[in-house]
Amino acid sequence: MKLFLLTFMNGLTLAALYFLVASGFTLVFGLMRNVNLAHGSLYLLGAYIGFSTAQWTGSWYLGVAAGFFGMALVGLALQIFVFRHMEGQDLRQTMVTIGISIVLADIMLWIWSGNTYQFQAPDMLSGVAHVPLVRVYPAYRLVVLGVAIVIGVGLWLFLNKTAIGMMIRAGVDDRAMLSATGVNVHLIFAVTFAIGAGLAGFAGVVGGTALSIAPGEDVRYLLASLIVTIVGGMGSITGAAIGALLIGLAEQFGLAYSPTYGVVYTFLIMVAVLAFRPQGIMGKRA
Amino acid sequence: MTDTKPATPTSLPEELADKLRPHHFLIAAFLLAYPLIASDFWIVQIGAQTFFMGLIGLSLMLLAGYGGMVSLAQLAIAGLAGYIYAILGENSMNLGLGWPWWVVIPLALAIAVAFATIVGTLSVRTEGIYTIMITLAMSVALFYFCQQNYSIFNGFKGYAGLAPPQVFGIDWRAPVPFYYLALAVGALGYFGVLWLSRSTFGIALQAIRDNPRRMAALGYNVRAHRIAAYAVAGLLAGFGGLFLVWFNGRISPGTINVGNAINILVIAILGGLRRPIGPFIGALIFLLLDNFAIDLIDRDRFNLVIGAAFLAVVLFSPDGVLGLWDGLKRRLAKTAAERGKDMRVR
Repeated sequence: MKLFLLTFMNGLTLAALYFLVASGFTLVFGLMRNVNLAHGSLYLLGAYIGFSTAQWTGSWYLGVAAGFFGMALVGLALQIFVFRHMEGQDLRQTMVTIGISIVLADIMLWIWSGNTYQFQAPDMLSGVAHVPLVRVYPAYRLVVLGVAIVIGVGLWLFLNKTAIGMMIRAGVDDRAMLSATGVNVHLIFAVTFAIGAGLAGFAGVVGGTALSIAPGEDVRYLLASLIVTIVGGMGSITGAAIGALLIGLAEQFGLAYSPTYGVVYTFLIMVAVLAFRPQGIMGKRA
Repeated sequence: MTDTKPATPTSLPEELADKLRPHHFLIAAFLLAYPLIASDFWIVQIGAQTFFMGLIGLSLMLLAGYGGMVSLAQLAIAGLAGYIYAILGENSMNLGLGWPWWVVIPLALAIAVAFATIVGTLSVRTEGIYTIMITLAMSVALFYFCQQNYSIFNGFKGYAGLAPPQVFGIDWRAPVPFYYLALAVGALGYFGVLWLSRSTFGIALQAIRDNPRRMAALGYNVRAHRIAAYAVAGLLAGFGGLFLVWFNGRISPGTINVGNAINILVIAILGGLRRPIGPFIGALIFLLLDNFAIDLIDRDRFNLVIGAAFLAVVLFSPDGVLGLWDGLKRRLAKTAAERGKDMRVR
């Protein structure tokens, strides 16, 4: 029973991280029909930049801010200098992001070498928490869970209650119609891309504190985002949350109860969703 | 231009006789005589490897160029063929079943085709970018499976001590026989795809790429055509995978990791997806960069070089090196035509 609950908690934390990374991915994908395969690189770059900032200033919070705003700027630059020039060419954009992720991965390896880094969360957030039934659990992981919930709710409110959010949702449904109504689509794209990339960088710092930062994490989180988006359906924050929960729990339960084939469960979920609902659980048919 | 002319089914020999130019003979003669003039490094590392990496790239070119489906699972399919060869045949770990080569090779290819068909069946439900994502996810799933499974795939270590079978008393691992074997299979794949692209099936596939709805309305089974394309591509990739394990002498999950799977895409895009020769050109450029990037730039910065080359190609010439070549030819033809026109006006 304790193993079950512990696994459940671990699954939830992992799902929280996956949600943070995948929500930006799914927004960008849904709105711009642009698979940003450099999304995992943004996660890792954000983590590294946050780590270096935290080392330099001695403040973890500044590290988190650096991760978010640094990647938001990078995302903005990507949108303005790269994607704006190849609108509507899905495949080419995808190829370009693959190229960018190869180059970024090597540059990061160059600067930060192949070492594994670990963050120190501030004392206020670390230590152990007393959770009923599980007894003790790392407090920081609960913080991650809380942060993901807050950000999820915030994103939902932003998308459903603000004017820009409404435009983004309209863009997900019908981009051509949105621009026909006189909305500055480029501005919307830039905002979405900045938020999506910023969230990836933010997740990098938060996730790097919960787990660790090392080369190769970029691919791992890119794949997680891909699977979460396929399962949840593109462009949907709720879908990303459901997908992240399914994948995070499947991964942790697989790891705990059948270590050999843990990864295969994730894959089976994806196959099942594709077989019965190709557009994803919350996705709409294009 | 081959791409502007409407394709009609013609028999390949006719088509070939029509298209043959002196430089084709020169290239063929050069490829055949190449082992006589080159060192072992150039014969195997560059020569033979170009043919079989090109073959795996060709399987992607067939899907992406003619079918409009970009699959990142081609290396996984090749790797599976290699794994089956290692498991059923002989390897140095004494873990192989030691079956004879004439059973193992067809079986490895058959399993590769079966796996490719499964990949195809699942991914044709999706379109465009979704296809990239799902094939990438599937190839990573196979990677993790091989890494975690010790009873069949021998986990992280994989298999070593693999060699091509001794047939007709020839050591196929020796540079020159290996080169000719790779050349023969590479050429077979190249002409096979060329023939396929002009067959009824190939033309239907290209029509489906251009307008699936219309083809479905005409009564073509769009899904079956696409899955069949995956199966054929799986055969090409399977052959490539056999060469891959013969060349490396070993196979492990690392052979089919994400980076290498993306390298196949890099190879196909670098060369160009328009014609079957593209992936071979791409493989040659990739391998030259792979081997000589160290001389150009700091050691270990190979990925930077190849990534930048790939970026440059996708940014400036979406059709790869072939596209650059075609553009150059077109420009030359245009300036020649304009010069002619000017003269007439005057």
